[in-house]
Amino acid sequence: MDRERLGPARKGKRDFVDSLDFSPEDYQRLFSLADSIRENPARMAKACSGSLMATLFYEPSTRTRLSFEAAMRRLGGEVITVADPATSSVAKGESLADTIRTVGGYADLIVLRHPKEGAARLAALYSPVPLINGGDGAREHPTQTLTDLYTILTCKGRLEDLTVALCGDLRYGRTVHSLIKALTRYPDIRFLLVSPEELRLPDSVKEEVLLLRPGVSLQESEQLEECLPEADVLYMTRIQKERFFNEEDYLRLRDAYVLTPEKLQAAKPDLIVMHPLPRVTEISPAMDADPRAVYFQQARLGMYARMALIADLLGVA
Amino acid sequence: MLKVDRIELGIVLDHIRAGNGLRIFEELDLGRRESPVALLMSVPSTKLGKKDIIKISGALDLDLTKLALLDPGITVNYIEGGEVVRKVRPELPQRVEGLIRCKNPRCITAVEPSAPAIFELVERGRKRYRCYYCGESVTV
Repeated sequence: MDRERLGPARKGKRDFVDSLDFSPEDYQRLFSLADSIRENPARMAKACSGSLMATLFYEPSTRTRLSFEAAMRRLGGEVITVADPATSSVAKGESLADTIRTVGGYADLIVLRHPKEGAARLAALYSPVPLINGGDGAREHPTQTLTDLYTILTCKGRLEDLTVALCGDLRYGRTVHSLIKALTRYPDIRFLLVSPEELRLPDSVKEEVLLLRPGVSLQESEQLEECLPEADVLYMTRIQKERFFNEEDYLRLRDAYVLTPEKLQAAKPDLIVMHPLPRVTEISPAMDADPRAVYFQQARLGMYARMALIADLLGVA
Repeated sequence: MLKVDRIELGIVLDHIRAGNGLRIFEELDLGRRESPVALLMSVPSTKLGKKDIIKISGALDLDLTKLALLDPGITVNYIEGGEVVRKVRPELPQRVEGLIRCKNPRCITAVEPSAPAIFELVERGRKRYRCYYCGESVTV
């Protein structure tokens, strides 16, 4: 679609809708910026002073929303938000396109979370300001990928030559879909895909991954234990109740995998265990004391990664 | 047998599957043209048994990118000076707007009236397109 037909966009506007919208070089630029912010937070404390970020969350969120808001405030910017979309203009029947065009007139940057797949792609078409996808249905969650790659790089020191085990809901888990595509672009990555039959990685995602890197190793398994000894990274996910049409299916699959210290005995000593959070039952609280469990560090690194992204999109980096 | 004059300058869409001519006429918005357009239906054909034909006079620059999707068997004949100067079998367009709807119930296009349906070609051989928004594949 001809972008110009839809209204004025800021010159050079760039969006972050899909984890592949940014090249590995773009990611590296953001990682370097995030590192420098972590080392000296004061340097960027007023970088976004006078800028306004709008957060539109049509699905529940605690971590992503707070992470974005904390990131913007730590850069000296302000945040406006919709308290409850159920009582907003959407309840009056306003289209997403109209909401985005309106909010884009108030703010310098929009973060959108929406239950429908591709919602952020549509919103980016209409937004006059940079738009960040904060999660669209089961499809994409690129800023979680930014967080995940930054965590792997920080903890492992590299983003190549890694065996990455992804475990749990690989069908509806948007963080998995985004991460696997982005990681495929780095050399010598091997994937171990651990899930129940019903929650396997969708063929469409496998196809995208194989198009990006023909012959990439995608090994599927239903047994977490048999994959643990090989893994450099274990990425656990929650079985998401909200993605099931049928409650019975959810209850049957909810406890398919539970990571415990006993299971981790067979893993490498320098493995890292990641999770996009929130966790429910899939990681035992007894795991938290294990130095290989980095999921809370991952959440904190995510805030710095989002600070870098916001500064970059607003052109103040 | 019905007779329609040959055209001096224009395009003849030949070998249209019988019954499909009207849809192509509408999709190409030919009813709004000022120069003559002829839609011939159920014309005897040795190759197809019956076929439809559309003759469009006065232009060579029509946007025909949709044709391969609407009817892959079509032949496009470009006419100048009353003679066929070029014959083309239309190729699948790289990007399609408005012709295909996404069947994924979780796609934003299922609920958003303002979302223009956009599909991008991912595999020419298998005629496979992917929804610009949700990534769902469709074979045409």
